[in-house]
Amino acid sequence: MQVSVKVLRFNPETDSKPHYETYTVEQEPSDRVLDALNTIKWHIDGTLTYRRSCAHGVCGSDAMRINGRNRLACKLLIKDVGSTITVEPIMGFEVIKDLVVDMEPFFDSYKKIKPFLINDDAPPVGSERYQSAEDRARFDDTTKCILCACCTTSCPIVWTNQGYVGPATIVQAHRFIYDSRDQGADQRLNILNDRNGVWRCRTIFNCTDACPRGIKVTQAIEQVKRTLLTGE
Amino acid sequence: MYHRYDALVIGAGGAGLMAAAQLAGKCKSAVISKLYPPRSHTGAAQGGIAAALGNVEEDHWVWHMFDTVKGGDYLVDQDAAEVLAREAIDAVIEMEHMGLPFNRTPEGKIDQRRFGGHTRNFGEEPVRRACYSADRTGHMILYTLYQTCIKHEVEFYDEFHLLDLIMTDDGVCNGVVALEVLTGEIHVFHAKAVILATGGFGRAFQITSNAMAATGDAMSIAFRRGLPLQDMEFYQFHPTGIYKKGILLTEGARGEGGILRNVEGERFMERYTPTLKDLAPRDIVSRYIWQEIREGRGAGPNKDYVTLDLTHLPPGALEAKLPDITDFVETYLGIDPHVEPIPIQPTAHYAMGGLPTDVDARVTIDEQNTVLPGLYAAGEVACVSVHGANRLGTNSLVDLVVFGRRAGRHALQYIAENDLEPLPPEPEFRGRAEVANILERTKGENVADIRQTLQFEMMDKASVFRTGEHLLEVQQTVRELKDRYHHIAITDKGDVFNMDLLEALELGYLLDCAEALVAGAVTRKESRGAHMREDFPDRDDTNWLKHTLAYRTSGGLQMRYKPVVLTRFEPKERKY
Repeated sequence: MQVSVKVLRFNPETDSKPHYETYTVEQEPSDRVLDALNTIKWHIDGTLTYRRSCAHGVCGSDAMRINGRNRLACKLLIKDVGSTITVEPIMGFEVIKDLVVDMEPFFDSYKKIKPFLINDDAPPVGSERYQSAEDRARFDDTTKCILCACCTTSCPIVWTNQGYVGPATIVQAHRFIYDSRDQGADQRLNILNDRNGVWRCRTIFNCTDACPRGIKVTQAIEQVKRTLLTGE
Repeated sequence: MYHRYDALVIGAGGAGLMAAAQLAGKCKSAVISKLYPPRSHTGAAQGGIAAALGNVEEDHWVWHMFDTVKGGDYLVDQDAAEVLAREAIDAVIEMEHMGLPFNRTPEGKIDQRRFGGHTRNFGEEPVRRACYSADRTGHMILYTLYQTCIKHEVEFYDEFHLLDLIMTDDGVCNGVVALEVLTGEIHVFHAKAVILATGGFGRAFQITSNAMAATGDAMSIAFRRGLPLQDMEFYQFHPTGIYKKGILLTEGARGEGGILRNVEGERFMERYTPTLKDLAPRDIVSRYIWQEIREGRGAGPNKDYVTLDLTHLPPGALEAKLPDITDFVETYLGIDPHVEPIPIQPTAHYAMGGLPTDVDARVTIDEQNTVLPGLYAAGEVACVSVHGANRLGTNSLVDLVVFGRRAGRHALQYIAENDLEPLPPEPEFRGRAEVANILERTKGENVADIRQTLQFEMMDKASVFRTGEHLLEVQQTVRELKDRYHHIAITDKGDVFNMDLLEALELGYLLDCAEALVAGAVTRKESRGAHMREDFPDRDDTNWLKHTLAYRTSGGLQMRYKPVVLTRFEPKERKY
């Protein structure tokens, strides 16, 4: 089918401001939006620039705004989006070139939350730490996160408040706070109890809608809020 | 820009991060990666990581070793397979201690599932050996190792593209040249030790489970530097890729009870491998899938696929143990796997071959295993060889952590004992010239056209079934494509995030890997593991129980041979 793809372009070496360019490509309905971008890049305009790698929704490279919603270009099929597609970079971070944004602030925020197991006890020798299936299930949902930034860059609070840690960072904190093997919950909760922590969240649910991994992001944020209030 | 380190890790997948975790805090080290670490292809691994923990039934590392050797059709170096099977146990436990969230047994231990070719008591029946985390085990490993590196404040150069290895005249590796993607600046990294962990080259084929970044970068760059590539003719096709797209559907699906069926609904693997059935090793299953299709028993309007049937799995099994592939099937095929069988076809998945190394992950350069000082390789880029002619499912993840860890540990010892060799004059010359050459040309061949021809021809003539005639044809095609590659022109001439340039460089790497693969496949006149020659259908231990080493010389490609290390297990006929 014929697809019209309108892309917000920006080349820092030649452009003073972003502009739209529209391309017409022939794609199968079962193709991904990423396939359409590849067709443009490979056969129409080699300067079109975007990140991509796994092409099936697990590496988190190709988050972009597609028809106004944050999606992974490799996890959205042409037939599900239609023959007119508008593609823009995700919002809230500086655009480097075309659909590539500066991810450094995103990873900086992520690293602040101590995203690693904190446990000062010596582990058992020659054996794993035991964990019940129920304890394991408590944080299962947030282990799915691929740090694609779809959630964080769909959040209106992030757009207007650069200091806010953002949903992805809270998701990553949640993955450890509720892990029975971890002892760093207090440190992380302390960071999230800040005015730029979980309390900035207004339960708008954009993050949950945007998550390509189906993580209940808002619910995870609410659970952290509840723990801060009740200690449970 | 010039940088100086004790040790560098190139690539931030499982092997690279495991190596980096060993170096952290103990020397001045950094990780250089063309992707942000969580984007690495290790994250796409699904089903599990083998270790004879014996958590759910009796198991022993020597059984794991045997399965690995037999699975590799006896081309496996058995000293390395012993290291793999023994150290898998400790490596899995170490990652659990780092925080890896495995699925658990009712007692709270790491749960284990069945996987292809993993058996109890030397082949009796399938054994539950694969430690897993739903069907995103690779994602969990990648994240756990990345988290550990963050904890230990490992220094990262994210989105830096490897251009060249730096070698002294005495044959010591003492650094790398890399392109900073953000700015286009060329950097020289001077170091005592370099650990290559850049992964495989699945993108040489049309249908592949591999990420677009899997372009064989370090294999090619080392090959250009005169280093050999070992056993490149052995390339694994995973039996269950999503029809046409090649997206991986884990073998764990069959481990949980999934069945392959032809158009008649027959469980055809029962006919071919009565003991292991659908859980035979991948080379065998892929071959019989194609055989069913070739004999007219494929499904669909073109009769060109078979189906993976999960409809009979117990309620809740897909949600608890296979949620990601359920999502992939729903997203990409619009099928609900609870009620409908899934169209699948074999998909290019894994390079058994690569840079030859010893069991400490040191790169070796000849038949005598002479070590190249300062250079290490681990993971898919390397060929230890623990996978021989065919890798068993889950053993790639074992390979990453076991040999990534060994690379890091040995490099620490090496840098303590050796001085930093001075750089050769103009160390960045070759890398800079390669980039300049691509950027200068204004008219020429299209990169994507060459790549698509390569991928189509490799799939058509150098995949599951091979003949001498087809291989010579594809060899000629690759030669022509390489000629055309010397005349490529790209549109983007900028410095900032020049993805056009990166794709052009990557095509060059793919062509080198394909050239070495085909040369090995032409040379090896037998069928073994994933290398199936229809004109030489039998394994020939008399003439071919040996590794190939492909070298690029001024007179063209040269093949040399290296003996296989045999210890515990005599080669036998391979039956399942």
